[in-house]
Amino acid sequence: MTSTRLRGRPLVRTSYAQDMSLLNTPAKRRSTILIIIVSFLVPFIVTDDLLLVLTLGMISAVGAIGLNLVTGYAGQVSLGHAFFIGLGAYTGAVLGGDTDASVTGYGLPIYIWLPAAGVVAALAGLLVGPIAVRLRGLYLAIVTLGLVFLGDHIFRESRSLTGGPGVGRRGPDLVIFGIDLEESGVVLGLDLAREQRQFFMALVFLIIFAVLGRNIARSGVGRAFSAIRDRDVAAAVIGVDLTKYKVMAFAMSSFFAGVTGALYYAVVGVFEPSAFGLLLSVQYLAMVLIGGVATISGAIMGALFISSLGRISGEIAHVLPFISESSSGSGLLSVFQLEAILYGVLIVVFLIFEPRGLFGIWTRVRNYWKGWPFSY
Amino acid sequence: MTDFLQAIVNGFSQGSIYALLALGYVMIYKATHVISFAQPALMVVGGLFAYHFTSELGMPFWIGMLLAIVCGAVVGMLVERIALRPMLGKPVFTLAIITIGVDIVLRIISNRYIGVQSRIVEYPGGNERFSIGDVSISHQRLGLIAVTTVTVAALALFFRYSRTGLAMRATALDQETALAQGIRVGAVFALAWAIAGGLAAIAGTFVAAGNAGIEQTSWIIALKALPAIIIGGLDSVQGAVVGGLAVGIVEALTATFQPDVAPWLGANFSLVAPYALMFVVLLVRPYGLFGTKEVERV
Repeated sequence: MTSTRLRGRPLVRTSYAQDMSLLNTPAKRRSTILIIIVSFLVPFIVTDDLLLVLTLGMISAVGAIGLNLVTGYAGQVSLGHAFFIGLGAYTGAVLGGDTDASVTGYGLPIYIWLPAAGVVAALAGLLVGPIAVRLRGLYLAIVTLGLVFLGDHIFRESRSLTGGPGVGRRGPDLVIFGIDLEESGVVLGLDLAREQRQFFMALVFLIIFAVLGRNIARSGVGRAFSAIRDRDVAAAVIGVDLTKYKVMAFAMSSFFAGVTGALYYAVVGVFEPSAFGLLLSVQYLAMVLIGGVATISGAIMGALFISSLGRISGEIAHVLPFISESSSGSGLLSVFQLEAILYGVLIVVFLIFEPRGLFGIWTRVRNYWKGWPFSY
Repeated sequence: MTDFLQAIVNGFSQGSIYALLALGYVMIYKATHVISFAQPALMVVGGLFAYHFTSELGMPFWIGMLLAIVCGAVVGMLVERIALRPMLGKPVFTLAIITIGVDIVLRIISNRYIGVQSRIVEYPGGNERFSIGDVSISHQRLGLIAVTTVTVAALALFFRYSRTGLAMRATALDQETALAQGIRVGAVFALAWAIAGGLAAIAGTFVAAGNAGIEQTSWIIALKALPAIIIGGLDSVQGAVVGGLAVGIVEALTATFQPDVAPWLGANFSLVAPYALMFVVLLVRPYGLFGTKEVERV
């Protein structure tokens, strides 16, 4: 059967391939192109400090997409994401960083340390996968929680690689195609500051990994994941190999996490082992839950939102007099405490009132305007 | 040999704290099928109540502890009523995440109270130690073991012989059937959280009475009860006690012997030894030592 498109009837599908295609309506095509164009213009409009927040947000989005693959699509609750991010961060730092007095580094280029960071994390995911096959639900959540604590210990103790607690080490050097992203200067005829260069780098990586994530989700693998999430026994009965797909879910998710870890701390600079604790795992879980479970765009929205939460609570602190702006201030709460409380409250509020997250809000707005003026 | 016995004794007393906390997790899990990640916060809050009553208001230790138990139970009930009751019927994963949110909020509030100093509850008898041969234990630790024993025995009797205990067991078995028999399932949930809050308060009181007192980082202690319940089995009361003691003893033994036997594992490996133990147990018995195996119905 030939697949044709009918003019003026965007929702009519004449083949399965059309239904499953990446951007299956003209509106989605146009808005995606528009969003990408606008994102490339953002660095020329927004101030540098805000750009850094957005850059880190976009890098986190890669990890959030990864967590969404395993938790959102495949339904395997993982509190161990921080461990995989840490593995990626240290693989990147060791391979791409420089040797100094206390830590080793090989100073390799980005096209070696970035894939390696992903692969090392994915291998760790492969090791965890079989445990996930034997365990379900909350048992799995607690075991992955144990992973975070074991990882924390390993990171603290391998001082020659991580610098140890309180000292830390530098991330890998960000040089792509001979362009150093940590300096300002003219690139392709444009005078770009450090923040602008890093923003473009993060944006390109986010687009690559978002398309990758979307493709995994809409392919047979993604449908196998959803089948396992919805009812694993039923999935096994219709021929989904549970072991294979659960292990795959963990490996893929960890690959994304590893890439995020390496890139994030390359931008941040110095980092120490305590960064990869339970709080980081909860943050990523919050990105997925607040953004929207089992949606790629939701994970991106959630990551951007959670990453800017520190900035938002800083702004709130300006407005509310009882919040002090330093950690030991005399106010009722400090900015950091407000930020942590906001995580807690936002997770609870979203789970109660909008379980589909920011993506759900967007769907509702979209449906309102789709039906306008007959929306009720 | 003395080192070994001393490690066992230390581990047993520390394990009592884990056992109390693990019992709290199991209470909540049996009643509502939710793992409460709010337990660390409840422990800290309970310990702070005890500190406030004894050190700030000058009450005797035991009265302070009793009041702390009551307050801890009330906080537990409030958490259940405000954050979890509206979510009845939602997936358990959602509820578990909500308890993480509750935990963060409660801990921030208590950190505000703690500040930078550690809050230490004075135990009557101070630093006196009781010793047999070269093995010794402080009076405070003896008190902890005694209180744990009494509490566990009381809970066991309560579940075995009281009507309310029977109602709780029935609810754990099947909520709908229990409801049909006229059991107020909501009240059972509240009671389970109250018991968990009270148990956490006892644990918190003894953490505060220890050498380090309660600090901003003390909540990590309560997370070590998680491997304990996994080892014992999520839905088993005796499993929680055995698991808690096992975790405590393994931790103490690693603290004593690992620096000499296996120094390559790094300093402070004992802090993560419970998690390593958990991995080993789970690979052999996925539902813990005493847990019920889940039966899959298609």
